[in-house]
Amino acid sequence: MLKFFDKLRSLFNKKEPEKPALDNIVTAPLSDAQLQSIKALSAHRYEPMQLIATSAQSVGRQRELNEDSLFCLSTTIAGNTSNPPFGLYIIADGMGGHQYGEIASNTAIRVIAGYVLKKFHDSLFSLTGTPVEESLQEILQAATSEAQKAVLHEAPGSGTTVTAALIVGQQLTIAHVGDSRAYLIYNDQRMEAITRDHSLVRRLEELGQITAAEAAVHPQRNVLYRALGQGETLESDITTTPFPVGGYLLICTDGLWGVVSDNELRRILNEGPTMQRACQNMIAAANAAGGPDNISAVLVQLLG
Amino acid sequence: METKHIDGSVGIEKRTTTGQLASGTNLGNRYVVQEVIGVGGMGSVYRARDLHFPNVVKLVAVKEMINQAPDPLVRQTIVQNFEREANILATLSHPSIPRIYDYFTLENRSYLVLEFINGKDLETVLAQSEGFLPEEQVLAWGIELCDVIAFLHGHKPDPIIFRDMKPSNVMINQHNHIILVDFGIAKSFQVGQKGTMIGTEGYSPPEQYRGEANTQADIYALGATMHHLLTRRDPRLEAPFSFAERPVRKINPNVSIEIEAVINTALQYNASDRFKRIEDFKSALMSAGKKTGMLQHVAPVAPVIQAGGIKPIWTFQCEDEIRGSSMVYNGAVYTGCYDNNLYALNAATGEFIWKYAAEGGIVSRPAAYEDIVYFGSEDHRVHAVSARSGKVAWMYYTDDRVRSSPRVAEGHLFIGSDDKFLHAINLTTGRRAWTFDTGAEIRGTPFVINDLVFFGNEAGDFFALNFHGQIKWRYKAKRNITSSPWVQDNVAYFNSMDGYMYALDARTGFLLWRFRMDKPSIVSPIVNDGIIFTGSADGYIYAVEAKSAKEIWRYKTEHQVNGSPVIYRDALYCGSVDGNLYCLEYRTGRLRWKFATKGPITAAPLAYDDIIYVGSHDHYIYALLA
Repeated sequence: MLKFFDKLRSLFNKKEPEKPALDNIVTAPLSDAQLQSIKALSAHRYEPMQLIATSAQSVGRQRELNEDSLFCLSTTIAGNTSNPPFGLYIIADGMGGHQYGEIASNTAIRVIAGYVLKKFHDSLFSLTGTPVEESLQEILQAATSEAQKAVLHEAPGSGTTVTAALIVGQQLTIAHVGDSRAYLIYNDQRMEAITRDHSLVRRLEELGQITAAEAAVHPQRNVLYRALGQGETLESDITTTPFPVGGYLLICTDGLWGVVSDNELRRILNEGPTMQRACQNMIAAANAAGGPDNISAVLVQLLG
Repeated sequence: METKHIDGSVGIEKRTTTGQLASGTNLGNRYVVQEVIGVGGMGSVYRARDLHFPNVVKLVAVKEMINQAPDPLVRQTIVQNFEREANILATLSHPSIPRIYDYFTLENRSYLVLEFINGKDLETVLAQSEGFLPEEQVLAWGIELCDVIAFLHGHKPDPIIFRDMKPSNVMINQHNHIILVDFGIAKSFQVGQKGTMIGTEGYSPPEQYRGEANTQADIYALGATMHHLLTRRDPRLEAPFSFAERPVRKINPNVSIEIEAVINTALQYNASDRFKRIEDFKSALMSAGKKTGMLQHVAPVAPVIQAGGIKPIWTFQCEDEIRGSSMVYNGAVYTGCYDNNLYALNAATGEFIWKYAAEGGIVSRPAAYEDIVYFGSEDHRVHAVSARSGKVAWMYYTDDRVRSSPRVAEGHLFIGSDDKFLHAINLTTGRRAWTFDTGAEIRGTPFVINDLVFFGNEAGDFFALNFHGQIKWRYKAKRNITSSPWVQDNVAYFNSMDGYMYALDARTGFLLWRFRMDKPSIVSPIVNDGIIFTGSADGYIYAVEAKSAKEIWRYKTEHQVNGSPVIYRDALYCGSVDGNLYCLEYRTGRLRWKFATKGPITAAPLAYDDIIYVGSHDHYIYALLA
């Protein structure tokens, strides 16, 4: 019966604060071990739930021009009315060998960010909190199409990769064209690329013509078969996946992932000391390995 | 390589002792290894029992491939290649190709679970036979091999080249039919193989050694295989491409001139001199066989697709249409009917146990908890009756017809009514805990997870309530939401009469994506294996990838699909207004069988313990073997 009432209470009443059943115990200073465990527990809770992000970029050691662009925005609105954490992170790698690669990548991130933020403006900044009508996937699809048009207009003949991550609450929606990558690094140290390169070598690999090892040294490994600003229509990959709790999202250009191995990136992230520093260290590692290309990275964590 | 040379035998022994799984090993909590039935360069093949069939001994073959690549990226690519191949294989449906049931990767080993073939491969057949194999037998096998290769070469969008035709890759089953067994799926696990040199020396045509393999490579290799079978002369022990120097009749004079000529054509050095297509090879074999009279003895086997012939285990006739789904509880199946009765039948035999008469039609699925069966009726009430006796425990009154199905959670029953309220009812007392006014009829089944109650209504509103009956969030679709939601991995899926399937973030109600169907839908989506399955009034059953909202396949029935599908093992079961219950392979949407009833099926089937239960508007409840 008691159990039944407990159940009822949990169902239909506000939870009562739990009373410590320690009435007879004399207060004693906590041991170090106890303090540590309490610290560890409280360290895992963050109110309100929020996104933190950091970015790093370098021209590298062999190029004169930086054709990469990146965009980072994290929003927290908490109070009487609140919104789920909202974040938008974009990486674009303007295509080498084309004119105005840097214009293409810059146009892409600005147009996409502008389009998405306009769509979310009322939801985020009006007091009525008007809901967004289109789906997150539809918005990102439309944003990349807008960017495609803009790049064709602003920098005809050029091209750029785009990997855009829109986070609302714990849902991560990615729009992806080209060979920049998005990785999820889980709490248990697993690291998983959640985008698929639209590159010639990756295609050959998928068709079983060459191995990953061969792809890594293939002379045409930088050739893309799909990019923003190229071709009539744009088919971007759009997916939605849950953001791993306590894990990270890493978005980067091939100047990073093509030079520094996944294991090395994970090691750098673990050795911190802060995620901001870790992100800078990743870029430094790419430069230390020769820095053959422009290097850009965005690192995001969801606290909650 | 060096270490192997230094102490090769130890290296090999180590691999076999540590590399193979002991009998009794349980793989993936499903397949219990019985014994090793084959050993290859990449791993072993085991005979195993599938524990998902507790009542019968279902044997499967489990092929194990050990991933030896040191580089994680290469290892990942190998696994991806394996999975891609497995996916292609899984779509192939042919009597001479083993069915793929499953595949998975555990650490550095990948596994392919496939049909267990009770038989021997042709290499073993040759080794165990004395003297030459009968010509007509080799001819019959050759014709069957032409059939299956023609099937592969006709594969769309791209022809599948088998590449590795040889006696050891052909099994003869207990009915003396051939089964092609090795689809080169293990190839990517071979370490240190540079380039595209694929295929066994001896049977492969010259061009394959240059990395070229087209359909004519398979024709050559089949010719070589038949040559080997008729002559007992292993081409791997001969100089490459030397068949012309040892024509079949020179070794085995019993073989007819006609057949020898056909095999010679297949074995031409230049691909352009061979048969153009495998079909030509087959008809040449056929006419050679007819000429010599051999084919009178061995009839070629036409591909058989499992058709019709599905017999129910039992049927039970009610007095009116069955519109709602059944529920199984403690060996009994409970079904509501439009004749106002709730029927309790023995699940195994269909024997009548009891019926309970409500005062209105029952169009929903009952729920059971602790020996009580709960259901709503068009008599405005929710009934709670004893599962054993059918005696009423309590009744709960709403103000209009109850067409929603109940959901039991946390000691309460959550159910919607046409009175526009969601009702939370105490399970033991039958008293109201709270109600929530939605402003429109609620016909779907609420979904309860993570302390939230999800449901839609006929005004197109979708709600997430907490257990206090307070609104957490609300989403508005363009038209009625009659379909019941499914919530998984923090995403809520439901269909609407506006023709969309919606995916909302379960915590915030944000729209993640929507998927357009051709007509309105009242079907509830279900999620399995990252795929969402649903249907629509457009007559299609859909499979959509959960993360990308991309359609994987769609299957057209002859009329509206208004009942939800269920997934049971590797199959999807779904009814249609056309009166059929469809059984499809859920990964491919390929039809396995359909079962015709005499009225529309609008209920979701129920799968339980190898039996599919489904009710039809023809007044019958059917129990079919899954």
